[in-house]
Amino acid sequence: MAFTLPALPYDAAALAASGMCQETLELHHGKHHNAYVTALNGLIESKGLAGKSLETIVAEAGRAGADGLPVLNQAGQHWNHTLFWQVMTPNGGGDSLPAKIAAKIESDLGGLPAFKEAFKQAGVTQFGSGWAWLILDASGKLKVTKTPNGSNPIATGEGTPILGADVWEHAYYLDFRNVRPNYLQNFLDKLVNWEMVESLMEKGGMASGQSA
Amino acid sequence: MFQPARRSLLLGGAALALTMPRRVFAQAAAPAAPTGPFTLPPLPYDANKNEAAIDAMTMEIHHDRHHAAYVAGLNAALKDQEQLAALPLDELLMNLARVPEAVRTAVRNMGGGHANHSMFWQIMGGAGGEPGGALKAAIDRDLGGFAKMKTDFNANGMRVFGSGWTMVTVTPAGGLALVTKPAQDTPLMEGQRVLMGNDVWEHAYYLRYQNKRADYLAAWWNVLDWDKIAARYAGAMGGTLRV
Repeated sequence: MAFTLPALPYDAAALAASGMCQETLELHHGKHHNAYVTALNGLIESKGLAGKSLETIVAEAGRAGADGLPVLNQAGQHWNHTLFWQVMTPNGGGDSLPAKIAAKIESDLGGLPAFKEAFKQAGVTQFGSGWAWLILDASGKLKVTKTPNGSNPIATGEGTPILGADVWEHAYYLDFRNVRPNYLQNFLDKLVNWEMVESLMEKGGMASGQSA
Repeated sequence: MFQPARRSLLLGGAALALTMPRRVFAQAAAPAAPTGPFTLPPLPYDANKNEAAIDAMTMEIHHDRHHAAYVAGLNAALKDQEQLAALPLDELLMNLARVPEAVRTAVRNMGGGHANHSMFWQIMGGAGGEPGGALKAAIDRDLGGFAKMKTDFNANGMRVFGSGWTMVTVTPAGGLALVTKPAQDTPLMEGQRVLMGNDVWEHAYYLRYQNKRADYLAAWWNVLDWDKIAARYAGAMGGTLRV
C-alpha cells in the first residue's frame, strides 16, 4: 500500500473568515502536505517500511535518532498535517469548550487562559520550523510541548498529540507574515475544533489509518 | 491536484499589503528592546534592487522585521552581560561556550540570525554573472568550477529540512567548502568564516515563490554582487573578514 493525501475535511475557502486564507490552505495541503506524502512513498522500499503503520514508522524513526531523520521528516510531517486539518474547523476556537476537555484542561493545566498562554509560548519559542502540541502524557495528563521540523511527540516518546499547530512559516506567512504570535492567537481563538480535540482525548489520540 | 492560481496569489498579496501594516506590523514592534550594542545595518540598496529574484515587500519584511527582531533579541539576551556585549559579533559567536547557559541559546539563535542576515544583504544588490580572478581560481580548484558550485550549493539548499542556510565557507588560506546550517547557526560557531550564503527559511521566499524553494534558489544567483563576494574572499585571506 502507499500513503495518500487525505482530503481536507472542509472547503479550502472555509477557514478564510477565521484567519487562514484559501491560498494558504491550498498550498499547505495540496503542495506541502502532498510533497511529504510523495517523498514518504519514495522511501518505503529503500527504508524497509512496507506493511508498517504510519504511527509505527514515526515512532521507530524517532527512536533511531539522527539515522531516522530522513524517514521522520516525511512520515512525521504526513502524520502532523493529517492531524492538523482535523483539529481546525470554521468558527472554531472560542472559550466555551465541550465539558470533558474543559474539565481536563482545568484540572491538568490550570484552565483555558493558562493553556492558551502555554500553547502560544510553545509555538513562539520553537525557533525555526516545527510544531506546538497539546498531548496526553504517559500518565494520562494533558501537557503542552513543542518539537522541531517534522518531529512530533510520538517520535520523541513524550506522549499522544490531541492538538497541534504548525509553526513552519508556510502555515502562516501569507496571512500573518512574520508575526507568529498573532497566528497562534488566531488559531486558538478562531480555528481549534474542540469537539475533535475532546474526541481524540477520549479515543487516546488519532489513528491515521494509513500504512506503507 | 490543485494548481495555485497565480492571479489569486497576487491579488491575495496585494490585499494583504493594504491591510497588513496596521494589523500586523503595529504589533510586531514589541518587545521594547534595549538599544545596542548591536544594531541593524541598513540595507545597502533600495528594497527593490533585488527584484530579479526577491520582491521589495519580502526584502522589507525580511530586513525590517525578521533581521531587526534578531538584533533586538540579541541585545535583550546580553543586557546583563557587559563583557560579552562588548565583543564583536564574530568573536561572540566563536565563543558561545563562554556565554552563560541561561542565555546561550538566545545568543546562538539571535546572534546567528544577526550575523547571517548581515552577510546576506551585503552579497546581493548586483546583477549576477560569474566570479573572476582569485575567487574563480579557488572555485575551480575546490568546488569543481562555477557551474558545479551552483548546482551543489542549490542542492544543499533543497536538502535543508525546515529552516536554515546553504553556505560557502572560506579558510584563511583561501580554501572553499560547501556547508548547510540549521535554523540560524553559522560556521562562525566552529571558528570558520563565511564567504557567502543563501537563506532558505520560508520567510526568505514564500511571498513570491510559495513552496517552490528550487525556483528561489535558482533565481537568487541573478542578484549576487561578485565584487562584494570577491572583497569578502580577499578579506578572509587578509584576516579582516568578520561576519
